[in-house]
Amino acid sequence: MDPSDTLTATFTELQGYLQAEQQLREDIRFAVRDIEQTTREIQKVLQAIHQPQGLNKIPLACENSRKLFKDVQDQIKILSDKIPANQYYKYHDHWKFAIQRLAFLAALVIFLETEQLIDRQTAADIIGVKVAKEDGFHVDLDDYLMGLLQLASELSRLAVNAVIAGDYARPLQISSFLGELESGFRLLNLKNDALRKRFDALKYDVKKVEEVVYDLSIRGLKPSTET
Amino acid sequence: MAGVNKEKRPEERTKQFKKVNDNKTKVVVDENSAIIKIFRGFQGELDAKHDKHERLVKISRDVTIDSKRTIFLLHRHRDGSDREGNDEILNDAKDKIKEIQNIRFLAMAEELEGEDPYQFMRAISPGMQEYIEAISFYYYLKHGQLISLKEIQKDLVFSKTGEDGQNQTLTLNVPPIEYLLGLADLTGELMRLAINSVGAGNLETPYKICEFLQIVYDAFNSYGNTLKDLNRKMGTLRQSLRKVENACYTLHVRGSEIPKHMLADVFMASGDDKYAEDVE
Repeated sequence: MDPSDTLTATFTELQGYLQAEQQLREDIRFAVRDIEQTTREIQKVLQAIHQPQGLNKIPLACENSRKLFKDVQDQIKILSDKIPANQYYKYHDHWKFAIQRLAFLAALVIFLETEQLIDRQTAADIIGVKVAKEDGFHVDLDDYLMGLLQLASELSRLAVNAVIAGDYARPLQISSFLGELESGFRLLNLKNDALRKRFDALKYDVKKVEEVVYDLSIRGLKPSTET
Repeated sequence: MAGVNKEKRPEERTKQFKKVNDNKTKVVVDENSAIIKIFRGFQGELDAKHDKHERLVKISRDVTIDSKRTIFLLHRHRDGSDREGNDEILNDAKDKIKEIQNIRFLAMAEELEGEDPYQFMRAISPGMQEYIEAISFYYYLKHGQLISLKEIQKDLVFSKTGEDGQNQTLTLNVPPIEYLLGLADLTGELMRLAINSVGAGNLETPYKICEFLQIVYDAFNSYGNTLKDLNRKMGTLRQSLRKVENACYTLHVRGSEIPKHMLADVFMASGDDKYAEDVE
């Protein structure tokens, strides 16, 4: 056969492949857009905790956001069905930020409800993904950790707003939680990547909360239940 | 005051943390150890992932070096001429390529066993592209044709005896994108081959290569903006193509006038002055 014919055939075949891939990318983008939409709604619901009367609304906000998380689970299912086996990381960039945000929101809900750090399994269950990549569409460890770092920023803000609302116990609780979280992160050997950069910002959140605690203690506003 | 806070707190915290770890009976706060325990697990997982990444980068770098050497070796080949040693060069190159496959890529396939191949693509991609460049260059010299993705993939299936004595097959997956990017690199080598082959008195090869490059260029152009990495390589590809086209033009117009042995000098000069850039 003429070499140039085989050449053209090869490139036509590759073009077919590229087009199929591009189509898939578009489908993924579509599915991710839906997820992002719901994520914004959850975020809006949870923003209520920062308002003056917000602290009383915490149970309600958590309940409402959990309802929305149900929608997220369905949308994640739609997305995960589109991804061919073993190609999670090929398209990872498309949903990375959405999953990080969802991990953050799930962590926030769990913290508000139980004052505990969300573990990976719980986070995965709330979002509707798996923990291990062998089991299918999963939450990448980096993304989960990213979510925790976003949680730290949100909590440092909550500490300030709690004081405004007259809740002086919460900053202390947040402070010790962030302290724990920071020492946890210090255990990790992070590479010089996005996660490391985001981790570098954690100290400012910790500092902010420490300042709030300091302000409370010098004014004798610290609740005496502390041992 | 803030400064004091900042400096002292972390120390206290690590001390406290150490205490928790040293005598587990004296766990002060329950949730305290829970967080640390969670992160201990992450530590192992992250380290394992980073280590694997580093090992793959290392293998990939070795593949790159070996492939580059193979390409240099292949450039000593004089296409079309009866020069002695041509077969030897091809055989040597084949041995080298086999070696890359059986040592480097086998190691790579073992590292990637059970992993999502795309998770570590950034680590292995440079080596893989260089290898595709080498093997497709070899294939072109040997058969005068473009190696297909299937052909490349075929060489990267390994069988190994597992611990239970069973034969397993390991496949190192070559994504079509890497294949395309490797081909883009190949065009630079072909340009060099076209220029070199005139020096060896071969006046057919430049035309063949010119046609080849034109098809590749057209194909890549038609792919449009789908591939970011490919766009970067398109500029170089265009320059290579221009160079070869100019060479063929010179050959065509002046070929009958100038003695063959001087031809090479003529458009080596004309090519390099106008498009003085390093093509890898």
